[in-house]
Amino acid sequence: MDKVNLTIDGVKVSVPPQLTVLEAARRAGIKIPTLCYLRGISVSGSCRVCLVEVEKARSLAAACVMPVSEGMVVHTNSPLVRETRKSVLEMMLSDHNRECLTCVRNRNCELQTLADEYAIRDITFKGEKAKSVYDDKSFSIVRDGSKCIKCGRCVAACNKQSIGVLSFLNRGFETSIGPAFDVSMADAPCVYCGQCIVACPVGALFEKEETEDVWAAIADPDKHVVFQTAPAVRAAIGEEFGLPIGTRTTGKMFAAIRRLGADKVYDTNFGADLTIIEEGHELISRIKDGGVLPMITSCSPGWVRFCEFYYPEFIPNLSSCKSPHQMEGAIIKTYYAEKFNIAPEKIFVVSVMPCTSKKTESSREEHRNPQGLRDVDVVLTTREFARMIREAGINFTALPDETPDMDLLGEYTGAGVIFGATGGVMEAALRTVADILEDKDLPDFEYETVRGVAYDVKEAEVEIAGTKHKVAIAHSTAGARKLLDAIKDGSAPNYSFIEIMGCSGGCVCGGGQPIVPSQTLMDIDLRTERAKALYEEDVIMPERKSHKNHDVMKLYKEFLGEPNGHLAHELLHTHYSAKEIYPDNLVSE
Amino acid sequence: MLSYAVGGESTVGKTKLTPEEMSTKLDEALTHYEGQGQKALMSALQEAQEIYGYLPLPVQKRVAKTLNISVAEVYGVVSFYSFFSLKPKGEYIFNVCLGTACYVKGAQKILERIEDNLGIKAGDVTADRKFSISACRCVGACGLAPVILVNDDVYGRLTPEEIPGIIAKYKEA
Repeated sequence: MDKVNLTIDGVKVSVPPQLTVLEAARRAGIKIPTLCYLRGISVSGSCRVCLVEVEKARSLAAACVMPVSEGMVVHTNSPLVRETRKSVLEMMLSDHNRECLTCVRNRNCELQTLADEYAIRDITFKGEKAKSVYDDKSFSIVRDGSKCIKCGRCVAACNKQSIGVLSFLNRGFETSIGPAFDVSMADAPCVYCGQCIVACPVGALFEKEETEDVWAAIADPDKHVVFQTAPAVRAAIGEEFGLPIGTRTTGKMFAAIRRLGADKVYDTNFGADLTIIEEGHELISRIKDGGVLPMITSCSPGWVRFCEFYYPEFIPNLSSCKSPHQMEGAIIKTYYAEKFNIAPEKIFVVSVMPCTSKKTESSREEHRNPQGLRDVDVVLTTREFARMIREAGINFTALPDETPDMDLLGEYTGAGVIFGATGGVMEAALRTVADILEDKDLPDFEYETVRGVAYDVKEAEVEIAGTKHKVAIAHSTAGARKLLDAIKDGSAPNYSFIEIMGCSGGCVCGGGQPIVPSQTLMDIDLRTERAKALYEEDVIMPERKSHKNHDVMKLYKEFLGEPNGHLAHELLHTHYSAKEIYPDNLVSE
Repeated sequence: MLSYAVGGESTVGKTKLTPEEMSTKLDEALTHYEGQGQKALMSALQEAQEIYGYLPLPVQKRVAKTLNISVAEVYGVVSFYSFFSLKPKGEYIFNVCLGTACYVKGAQKILERIEDNLGIKAGDVTADRKFSISACRCVGACGLAPVILVNDDVYGRLTPEEIPGIIAKYKEA
């Protein structure tokens, strides 16, 4: 392919012609600041922070949208460029709530970083500030319009998910961002995936914080606090403490929970193994008894909500299994309570999740026992968990490696670990279903074809006990839409089993995970880097198939009885219902 | 006072559409836009507003569904353009010209008198949905300043004292 030659800050650069000035500069090691740009998601050129001087051009150009051309001479650091960027930032800051010290994004805010880098010392533009909305009505996502800089990254992220709940509203000085009719996120057809949060450069979008409830439970001598952590947490929590992206910190994660004062430390991977047994048997019986196929996984609450709002006709296809942490919560408040002789109402279950949708999931009425007790009392995001670790003064990186409490629900397998990456639930299920149907311990159980992020919809054919089965995997709700539309219009083959995760890459890039600056995201694929940590843990586990989890097997033997049996159904399964998008009576005239 | 009916026909006493008729008309209008996406949004909204007089949530939802775009995107456009209205209009819309010529001839006093008489502010509608008021820019009849339009009826060279009489005419209609 032909290359284009240009000069950036005196450096001669030769790059492919489809690149932008921003990308070309990045390759030459020259940093151009950005704010509204988010690789692969938001490219609008609207914030004007990336302005550069192009010789012979009429005016300054936005580097993020300016294509390279032969002979171009670019200056990214001229006095004019610096002065202009400074006034752009000043203007943005003049209408920004600058209470940085009490902001959830303090020290991880791209606007704050730029204000620092550009040595903004005074905001010369004074005057009225735009009115803004503070919306904390939903269980998952809080919007603070006073922090919003209208960069549009959240809108682009929501559109990328093919949901489009967020849009620019009104006009000019009154412009804001929100759902239709500016209703609360609680009333919008939002799946709470939280991709808007991880896209936001400032503190305008964040999770509904529940750390205080957890501190209170830990401090309460009457409460028995049990923590569980999702697989994806170990692949990212290290980033909050300065460790490189992709560092696996499983042992330190367990140690940190113990030091926070939890009474018991478990891993949601146990729940994942349990899910595979229940879901695997559900699949086998659907295949054998002519049940509704394809069966679709139900671990991702963002996906489940997406299905309830946008594809209710697929509700019969959803596995009736609760998600792993909900199963584990239900088991903790029954089997565990019985074994350790603790009253279920005294048990406080905290799930640390990479997910914001799980907060809403755990509050669903379906996830309470007949006495009204919730399976899981609080869901913390990975970020909230990190905040608690900091607040407790724990030196995370210096912690020793510890294990979960190996007393009843502590064991987990490699199959549970990979649940956190796209294709992981599928692979874990295949490992178990193949062994059950063939009635042997199959030596080849790594299903490479279902892994990876190259496509948002993946397809594979597996042969189990002499029968060929087509399976599919979608990650991101946009991928889900693509796949379900293909099934609806008949262009897709007859799948037996489908895995869908609401976020691109799976849970490792969930909306509750540490927020990585957009400049870093220009150089790496976060999904791949974090998933590596999980596959790394899978191979070192003594057991790598869910049905080989001794604690899970003991649970069936001593308590549950048969998989999909009566008690299993009562505790581990749930149901779904179609949800209406913006009900007509939502807005009064 | 000078009064004209634009197009020769006064709107006084015109019958309005029932909700069912409006719904059917909207269905007909939207068939042309099926699956056309963002590019057809402006014209679809314009037609919908012509039928309903404004764009309530259920109408925006139907437009979104037809074009296969999100409701938030539709609302974003509706709230951007002042031409689109989120509030219902009355059966009779008092459009008060606040253009320069009318303004210097006392249009503000005319507007205030209408507001006082109907008990609503510009942009609002009476509880019985009979009347609404909107302020508009120059209607191009500066020679008749100050001017108001009631639907398609034009009233010029007005004084505030004439307002109660005009309103009474439509109240009885």
